[in-house]
Amino acid sequence: MLNITEQSKKELWLRYIVLTILAAIILIPFLIGFWTSLLPTEDISKGSLWSTHISLDNYVTAFTQTPIIRYLLNSFIISLLTMLSQLFFCSTSAYAFVFLKFKGRNLLFYAFLATMMLPFEAEVIPNFTTVRNLNLLNHYSVMIIPFLTSAFGTFMLRQSFLQIPGELKEAADIEGLSHWKIYARIVLPYSRISLYTLAAYSFLTSWNQYLWPMLTTFSDNFRPVQDGLRQLQSQESFNNWGMIQASAAIVVIPTLVVLFFGQHFFKNGLNEGALK
Amino acid sequence: MSIELKNIAKTYDNKNWILKDINTKIETGEFFAIVGPSGCGKSTLLRMIAGLIPISSGDLQIDNRSVINLPPRERNLTMVFQDYALFPFLDVEANVGFGLKARKMPELKIKKRVAHALELVDLTALKTRKPRELSGGQRQRVALARAIASDAKICLMDEPLSNLDAQLRGKMRSEIRELQQRLGLTLIYVTHDQIEAMTMADRIMVLNNQQVQQVGSPLDIYQHPSNSFVGTFFGTPQMNILKAHCPHTHNQQLIIDPFLTFQSPLDLPAGDYFVGVRPVDFDLTTHVTRTNAFVRSVEYLGNEFIIYIKLDDSAEIRVVTSEKIDLNSNERVLIRPKNKFFIFDHSGKTISFMKGVQNNGRTSKQETQAIIQ
Repeated sequence: MLNITEQSKKELWLRYIVLTILAAIILIPFLIGFWTSLLPTEDISKGSLWSTHISLDNYVTAFTQTPIIRYLLNSFIISLLTMLSQLFFCSTSAYAFVFLKFKGRNLLFYAFLATMMLPFEAEVIPNFTTVRNLNLLNHYSVMIIPFLTSAFGTFMLRQSFLQIPGELKEAADIEGLSHWKIYARIVLPYSRISLYTLAAYSFLTSWNQYLWPMLTTFSDNFRPVQDGLRQLQSQESFNNWGMIQASAAIVVIPTLVVLFFGQHFFKNGLNEGALK
Repeated sequence: MSIELKNIAKTYDNKNWILKDINTKIETGEFFAIVGPSGCGKSTLLRMIAGLIPISSGDLQIDNRSVINLPPRERNLTMVFQDYALFPFLDVEANVGFGLKARKMPELKIKKRVAHALELVDLTALKTRKPRELSGGQRQRVALARAIASDAKICLMDEPLSNLDAQLRGKMRSEIRELQQRLGLTLIYVTHDQIEAMTMADRIMVLNNQQVQQVGSPLDIYQHPSNSFVGTFFGTPQMNILKAHCPHTHNQQLIIDPFLTFQSPLDLPAGDYFVGVRPVDFDLTTHVTRTNAFVRSVEYLGNEFIIYIKLDDSAEIRVVTSEKIDLNSNERVLIRPKNKFFIFDHSGKTISFMKGVQNNGRTSKQETQAIIQ
């Protein structure tokens, strides 16, 4: 008996050590980045990371001397619209795949899935030609329209809608609810955890876009944050690393906010009690 | 509101029939149970009546009006589901009022009806809770309240008690029966549990093998089963079915062994028969020299014994007795009939029954001949 508890204690220690090491590997770059954003650039260039000249000057510079607020606004508009449209289109198409019976439903769904296998990079050139011919370059719409829906989101919501007990749908049918009402009053509230997850995922994916906006935007008026950050680096004759770090920290903040508040919703058990 | 089923049938592939030739008329205010083993199509039949599943052929009339092409909503009925089908994101009150709101009833009227329904099922105190904060029995009551709140006079229930423990089930049985009578509901109740059907229903439809086996009152079904399936399905422990052979025509006696003989009220043509005897209708004698069976095991249920017995001709039977007896395993006993039994033909159809001194005539001699031929 004693041996077993000692054994499991050892295991527990080992587990925590491994977890601590992994956490450190992930967190240290973040911490260094945040720390350097508080230091003057001279100290950073000299490599004296243990400097005591701590201030928020870099943040003030970032806000006052760069278009970062504009970048943030651009990204916010693009991400928000992308997220909303993905939530709508993915949930309605997932609803069709689950609750409507039509010929070729499965075939269509597999075709949908197949588009997931295609890496985005492979689509870049045809997409670019298309948006250029549509005269959409250097505008918000070029960063939203290609991402109005996502095969992954449809797939994820379909899996979640499949979990909805058939009896709930039957109960709604007895009361004569239309498809739109079933969608709005039963399916969406029942699957809200999946919807929150998809919302967070699509917002962050859009927020972190780099390649596509780089190809399609040429002015600060429409440039999103990730490309804006890159812009800060090359515009200055010398790189103001402190200020760039401060901007990077500002850019990361929405991600952290989304994940922090998202956590609350990503717990299980909210749908208990529907059956039995 | 009465419901009439005319030749209703269901198939999914035009080859295999899930249900065939379902005919019956359910009267207004009747408690009608549909009972059968799992997979017999009883839930399918209920969903066809509700309109959730299309009917392949036949006609369904509610109040003498064909509803076969009407969507569920216009059939004006409610349904209570096996797993309750409560909306987890709505509280008890909203769950009960869900159907009324969907039918666009005025807010004030909904509130009144919901309050009344919750009062009837004794849940008023819990009306702001979510389903996950309720026990199984309470969730079941919410589902009932939803049916009560509706102004539909037809209620369909699909095994509503199968998820409850035995004690609660007994309590809910009488509550549902009481509510049905108080509200004057026409209730169609699907169950696999013969006790539920027997104790609650005015009339029972027994389904098996895609077909109606019998429709009748609980008493009728127990006392005059139309075939060996119905005979064995109702009553616990099950009716014993003994194989018997009749060697010549115009014989009136079926002999299992020298002590177990059954006198038929009708002439029987030569052939194979089955004799059905309920466990209480055997006479068991111990401590005699001439015996025809031995005891396998004994179960004591407080007020009666179930004795598992193996006859010398190797058939196993169950005997129930309330006499205080002291039996050991492998003890030799004498089994004799009490003269209450059923005779089924080789296909299981009832051709005669004996109840003590009174004999039947449910199936005439001519009919018997016809069946055999």
